[in-house]
Amino acid sequence: MEPIIKLENFRRTYRNGLLEVHAVRGVSLEIHAGEFVAVMGASGSGKSTMMNTIGCLDRPTSGRYLLDGVDVGSLNRDDLADLRNRKLGFVFQGFNLLSRTSALENVELPMLYSRPAVPGREQRRRALEALKMVGLADRADHYPNQLSGGQQQRVAIARALVNQPRVVLADEPTGNLDTRTSIEVMGVFQALNDQGITIVMVTHELDIANFAKRKIVMRDGFVRTDEPVSQRLHAAEALAKLEAEQKAVHLA
Amino acid sequence: MWATLKTALRAIRRNLLRSFLTMLGIIVGISAVIVGVSMGAGAKAEVDRQIASMGNNLLIVFSGNMSRGGVRGGFGMQPNLTERDYEALRREVPGIVGVSPEVRATAQVAAGNQNTSVGIWGVSADFAEIRSWKFLSGENFTDADVRSANKVCLIGKTTAAALFGEGVDPVGQIIRIRNAPFTVVGWLAPKGANAFGQDQDDVILMPYTSAMKRLTGDTKFRAFSIAAESAAAIPEATNQIAAILRQLHQITPDKEDDFSIRSQQEMSDFANANNRVMTVLIGAFAGISLVVGGIGIMNIMLVSVTERTREIGIRLAVGARARDVLRQFLIEAVLLSVVGGALGIAAGYWLAPMLTKFAGFPTLISNTSVLLAFSVSAVIGVVFGFFPALKAANLDPIDALRYE
Repeated sequence: MEPIIKLENFRRTYRNGLLEVHAVRGVSLEIHAGEFVAVMGASGSGKSTMMNTIGCLDRPTSGRYLLDGVDVGSLNRDDLADLRNRKLGFVFQGFNLLSRTSALENVELPMLYSRPAVPGREQRRRALEALKMVGLADRADHYPNQLSGGQQQRVAIARALVNQPRVVLADEPTGNLDTRTSIEVMGVFQALNDQGITIVMVTHELDIANFAKRKIVMRDGFVRTDEPVSQRLHAAEALAKLEAEQKAVHLA
Repeated sequence: MWATLKTALRAIRRNLLRSFLTMLGIIVGISAVIVGVSMGAGAKAEVDRQIASMGNNLLIVFSGNMSRGGVRGGFGMQPNLTERDYEALRREVPGIVGVSPEVRATAQVAAGNQNTSVGIWGVSADFAEIRSWKFLSGENFTDADVRSANKVCLIGKTTAAALFGEGVDPVGQIIRIRNAPFTVVGWLAPKGANAFGQDQDDVILMPYTSAMKRLTGDTKFRAFSIAAESAAAIPEATNQIAAILRQLHQITPDKEDDFSIRSQQEMSDFANANNRVMTVLIGAFAGISLVVGGIGIMNIMLVSVTERTREIGIRLAVGARARDVLRQFLIEAVLLSVVGGALGIAAGYWLAPMLTKFAGFPTLISNTSVLLAFSVSAVIGVVFGFFPALKAANLDPIDALRYE
């Protein structure tokens, strides 16, 4: 089966004045449908650069990137935007929801730029469905500032899902969340992955990476290790364990 | 499209005070356009009314060449039109319904113990008809009065009021003009001020023969007033008048006319030239204000783009193309300027009547000027909104998402 994401000797070099910065120095990688991949690495390891490229926000300096069989390197800005709209969903560390805009409208956002245009009623229906998938159907008309961090991140996940993308890309999705809500968000990801949605997630927390199925570690612009997660965590169990621990110290 | 509009409205509402202040320049500019154009149109309508009050299809022949050497002479020039010219014009010019010579004098006029200084026009019996004078009471003097140089006169409303009191019918009264007694036979209906602001009703009309013989001693006329049958007859009549007068005045083809023929249209154009200067001046101020307003919009849009860099990044990430972002900010700028324009138009509608009421300027708001103002404000939005919108559209999604 064709991989959804295929990097072939991918390199990305930034030019900073006279200085050339080699952010990624040659990565070959395949990610197939239904995978849940955690990309780890210290800052400067090249993981963000790789994610930007996988997210079609950037193009390789050399090498090839095929998304769902399409060579991204040859596309122009508008084609990239179109690809992001149809095939990718983004979840960011800082949630990146539009303030003063209801959860529902935030989730509808990608459909505003869909072509062919999605009718208003259909937008609403799909946005509500996506909110239901992340368990927030009852908060559709809440504004981001009326939602907790975990809820905001779930709205962001619903937004990422609404156009039925091939891949959901998450950049440090738990970076701004406490342990408990982090595990809840991982629960959402695992549930989505169980439904067949492919997820690629950047994280620097080993605990979080262990919720994935496959773990890629990067250093200095190369992939160091790429292996299945041996002792995979499950959100429900982790949550139960956490609750027990918290109860022991009267936190909960 | 609707969603874009909604986003734009939300952005404007978010900073209501700032949006209003931004619009202020446009509001001032557009209301200045509306008021300025309405002043021009009002003044033109007033001039047209005044010119129309002079008569219908009127031609005036003046003594002397008014445009010789580019200098306007005319008034005060030595009269050189004669009784013979008058007879010839009357007999020979086709397509005219009346001719009247004009002599003028200013004289002290008295009735009872009242007296006033007034402009006296010596004219023919056709004159009242040619110049559209109506009568409040009494009637015109006759051709017989002209032939006999009878001491009869028609009196304007202002003059009558000065001599006999407001609203008193002067017909049948005797007035003394330079101590010669004249009988008032007609009371002229008022016309108001003329295009140059003079009161047309402070006047006495009398047979030109009487004026020449009893008052001025002139033997020549300063002007002829001629009424053509129709507007279409004016060019031919003008040519004929010129031909006849050149012949009678023995002007060889290489010499210039020693008379000038002015049609009503030319007079109205002349009067309107002043208004045009005013309109252009106000228009220039309005234009400057609109440019300043446009720069204000550009400035705020640039601020807005910077403030919302992250939002732009989010939109780009979820698939907005450059042109989607461009359109969004352009619509926002246009919305700002168009709402400003609408408020400016409203302000103009409010200000123009105030100007008429308190400063006495005639104003007339035309639909064209409103439409023009509205389009101009929309264009300003596009022009001054374009650069900020382009800046937003060209943001790199990665940088925009990372922007703090």
